Amino acid sequence: MSSAASAYAQAPPPSQPAGLPRLLAGVPAHGALSLQEHLEIHGEAPRKPRRRRRSESPLIARIEAAGLLGRGGGAFPTARKLRSVASAGRRPVVVVNAAEGEPASLKDRTLMRARPHLVLDGGELAASSLGAEEVIVCVCAGARASAEQAAAAIAERSRAGDSSSPRIRLQLVPNHYLSGQESALVSYLNGRRALPTFTPPLPFEQGVGRAPTLVSNAETLAHLALIARHGPEWFRELGTPSEPGSALVTLSGPVAHPGVYEIELGAPLSSLIDAAGGATDGVRAALVGGYAGSWIDAGRLPSLALSDEYLAQHRARLGAGVVLLLSEHACPAAETARVARWLASQSSGQCGPCVNGLQALAMTLTETARGVARAKAEERIARLASLVQGRGACAHPDGAVEFILSAVQIFGSEFADHARLGTCEACALAGELPIPDAAARAHGGLRRARLA
Amino acid sequence: MSYRLRVNPIACEAHGMCAELLPERITPDEWGYPLISAEPLPESLLEHARRAAQACPTLALLLERERARS
Ligand SMILES: Cc1cc2nc3c(=O)[nH]c(=O)nc-3n(C[C@H](O)[C@H](O)[C@H](O)COP(=O)(O)O)c2cc1C
Ligand code: SF4
Repeated sequence: MSSAASAYAQAPPPSQPAGLPRLLAGVPAHGALSLQEHLEIHGEAPRKPRRRRRSESPLIARIEAAGLLGRGGGAFPTARKLRSVASAGRRPVVVVNAAEGEPASLKDRTLMRARPHLVLDGGELAASSLGAEEVIVCVCAGARASAEQAAAAIAERSRAGDSSSPRIRLQLVPNHYLSGQESALVSYLNGRRALPTFTPPLPFEQGVGRAPTLVSNAETLAHLALIARHGPEWFRELGTPSEPGSALVTLSGPVAHPGVYEIELGAPLSSLIDAAGGATDGVRAALVGGYAGSWIDAGRLPSLALSDEYLAQHRARLGAGVVLLLSEHACPAAETARVARWLASQSSGQCGPCVNGLQALAMTLTETARGVARAKAEERIARLASLVQGRGACAHPDGAVEFILSAVQIFGSEFADHARLGTCEACALAGELPIPDAAARAHGGLRRARLA
Repeated sequence: MSYRLRVNPIACEAHGMCAELLPERITPDEWGYPLISAEPLPESLLEHARRAAQACPTLALLLERERARS
């Protein structure tokens, strides 16, 4: 192979893939796509969009026209973030966030494992458009196969030898719910613990090595790489006007084939479940948006569409694309109390209202589920929730409260039964909702992980 | 120019000085951490607010200029 990288900058535009899948196009059952395979499917990335001395890189306007929203949970417009970083003055750094601390999410590690070059393209293109010379790819230390594929893909590109490209390096980050929070990630990359910091300064103002830093989710950057190739109109062929494009969703629970699916934004939940081979059991409710998300009652699921615009009526958001179905056989009270305890354990312990409030909420929920709560537990939960919301340095307590309040609402009758009658038969079996194992938790956030 | 109070929750150790010095706008929650009223700070309270911020042993109370919306 002469130089994949130089071919990389010159080949004609590839044919435009229509429909789905986009990100997951050509993914083999096992292993990742090589650079060669990646280029065969998606074609070369366009000429690197150099930052111009005074004017903005044209890529940013294309991302804006595409309407790309961040896929890391916040749905923030990516073009606006690129602009903030670009206008911050110093030479920026790009951080690819594949930390994926959410226990019910697998999409970023899947993308990283199966499509590393697409993510790396996105990181490089974003870096070039910002004049950044460094791209840091952060992968959770527990996702070994993903980290290995990312390392191999980085090595493959450096062998292909495009010296004009920004430097790319891999950083493993601790298996901890908070590791992927952007200020925690920046803190870790600056040699400190992976814990959130007080903002401002936000990463775009002062991030890695104090440089303005773009922190973008791995999937977001993979979309960016495809928009750079095929353009904003192509991107908008799927999705809704306010939420264009496709998105990766991790579906788990009682379906024949749980896993990561690429959907069109706005697609009905029923089509996702069909794609996964259908439900294998009765469903009591769905958790949308993961452990910072909201429960939706089974009765609402047949007509549910997967877009934030639609989900707003259920006070839910797609977040990082987690859809978790709870089977009819599980005990919702015990399951959600267990997750609430885990969420409390994931507080970094830095902010009083978060530490105390999440602990108290988890305890009250647990006591209610075991039928030993004091009177007026529901009022106490509401009051504690209001004491926690918006009072942390990061959004973890807000997400946890969202999860807890929606559980109390959707599973109101189950909680009431438990408060009255104590535990049920299914309580002892609680464990349908995934929680990382204790070993992974013990070192969470506190140690620097090493690439083995 | 309008100002607002904000707490750095990482620095705050619930000493409670601020609630004593500015009870009009700050009350302690059940663990002693300050709850800040959303009401605007009138000119007449500005000096008290400044003093409360200076009295915090961990400098966790911030008196900030209202940032113009971008
Ligand atoms: C508690 C918490 C955990 C988070 N974990 C992740 C994560 O694992 N991966 C991620 O991409 N974003 C995570 N985020 C969001 C990031 O802070 C940040 O908004 C995101 O990486 C930005 O990327 P995007 O604009 O492409 O969505 C987390 C946020 C919070 C509050
Ligand atoms: S809000 Fe909670 S999780 Fe976030 S930094 Fe503060 S203590 Fe840590």
